[in-house]
Amino acid sequence: MKLPQAWRQPLAIVGGVIALAWIVIALAAPLLAPHDPLAQDLPRLASPGPGHWFGTDQLGRDILSRVMYGARLSIPLTLLLVVLSVLIGGLLGACAGYFGKWVDETIMRFADLVFAFPTIILAMVVAAALGASLTNAVLAVLVVAWPAYARVTRGLVLGVREREFVVSGRLLGFSAWRSLRVDVLPNVTGPILVLATLDIGTALLLLSGLSFLGLGAKPPSPEWGAMVASGVEVFDSWWVATFPGLAILTVVLAFNFLGDTLRDALDPRTARAIKERAL
Amino acid sequence: MTLLTVDDLVVEHRTPGRPLVRAVAGASLTVAAGEVVGLVGESGCGKSTLARAVCGLNPAASGTITFDGHPVTPLGLRRRNRALAGIQMVFQDPYASLNPRRRVGAQIADGLRTAGDTVTAPADLLERVGLPRDFAGRHPHEFSGGQRQRIAIARALAARPTMLIGDEPISALDASAQAQVARLMRDLAVESGAGLLFISHDLSVVRLIADRIAVMYLGKIVEVGRTAEVWADPRHPYTRALLGAIPAPDGAGVLPAELSGDVPDPADPPSGCRFHPRCPVAMDVCREREPTFGPVACWLHEPA
Repeated sequence: MKLPQAWRQPLAIVGGVIALAWIVIALAAPLLAPHDPLAQDLPRLASPGPGHWFGTDQLGRDILSRVMYGARLSIPLTLLLVVLSVLIGGLLGACAGYFGKWVDETIMRFADLVFAFPTIILAMVVAAALGASLTNAVLAVLVVAWPAYARVTRGLVLGVREREFVVSGRLLGFSAWRSLRVDVLPNVTGPILVLATLDIGTALLLLSGLSFLGLGAKPPSPEWGAMVASGVEVFDSWWVATFPGLAILTVVLAFNFLGDTLRDALDPRTARAIKERAL
Repeated sequence: MTLLTVDDLVVEHRTPGRPLVRAVAGASLTVAAGEVVGLVGESGCGKSTLARAVCGLNPAASGTITFDGHPVTPLGLRRRNRALAGIQMVFQDPYASLNPRRRVGAQIADGLRTAGDTVTAPADLLERVGLPRDFAGRHPHEFSGGQRQRIAIARALAARPTMLIGDEPISALDASAQAQVARLMRDLAVESGAGLLFISHDLSVVRLIADRIAVMYLGKIVEVGRTAEVWADPRHPYTRALLGAIPAPDGAGVLPAELSGDVPDPADPPSGCRFHPRCPVAMDVCREREPTFGPVACWLHEPA
């Protein structure tokens, strides 16, 4: 099997390998992790070394195992979050763009309202109001994440809805709903997919950020943001915060690389540039 | 039998902050079943707006459009009135008129569904427009402009229209495909007993296929007549100018005459007859009063 040219690039391959590695780790964490992520039976704050390669935290838990188990929390929740944002934001934006008038006004003013607040602050307010838990953190990020999709989808739908094939469909008696589903939406998915892939990194950062601030995952669950937060308390033991931080960094980086590649692959104008860079 | 009647139609384009544009300023036209009417005029004269209004895509500011006894209502967000499904349109740009994400067979099947036709297969329609049957399983990007336009015609025909409208359906095609596609539209429409309103700025093609010609200038129909008569004896000075601008490949070396000036801004039409600033035979009355009669809206041809 040969990869398409757009994907045969250093960044795409690095991003793909890292993302794939994290997905494998998340799936196989119970097999790969050397210790129980919750067991407190190792020496406390032991520096990285044989038996505990990433060191241990202040309760004597193995950080390597906790980082591995953390992938089972952060990655599926982030993906779920992005999928839900795309569905909610995309559907609302598509309706705003297609139906126009008061539908457009109502939906987009709500979107503007959310845009008007700094993202993390609004997410904090929502998470605090709902109560600290990982599910509520996801809901809070969802509240701040959907407007971006609504805005992009609305713009794309506005560009497509007057195209002749959409009008032809309407002349053949398509209902507005069928026209939207059959003619409009399939022709706007590319850019939304790119935005979603790029957004996986942002969503993970936001989600871990809420846990870091104590508004997400509760101890003892091995969530990366919460682990970084606990590492901040023991700054001399650098490994406690560094390894979960690196986990966040690599996942964000990987999905950003993948998103960039996807954008290049879908944009014909960059096709030539890709050709020159391809391996 | 008159199938489509456009009576004193006015269509206005409103853009906030810009003066109101009367793209169609009181145009009247009829098309009978089985008849081919060619609507010609320069770019920007309102031909396409008239066609879109007939399909309900632009609302009429005043005047009426009647199709088969039913008033044509603007197409909003509701499903199109079934009584109006008999009007189908073939658009100018063949590259924009097919959904790039769907197989052409599925798009033709949409037309069949509109007509409630469960017997005909999309491939049958492809055959009727002169394309191989197995094209039904392909996507639009695999076809040339001429082929796409044939597919668009097949889709419109699938809905069994009694009134087919071609909005400059050939102007984006290669010269070699233009006459072919125009003739195909005529033959298919006449064969099925439907009326055809064929819009073009190419008089020489319209002459080949139209029974009657309507000449439009700046939102108004200035002359209507049987094709042969208009061709042999154009009466409105604008029609004469249009015909005079067709190159004659007769080897006599006569260059086509050029009509001086541009189409005036439809937001600010000239007083009196709309054509008088460019008219070689303009008289005093032309500057003051607008000729509102037919079939030739010119003071030189005022009916007694």
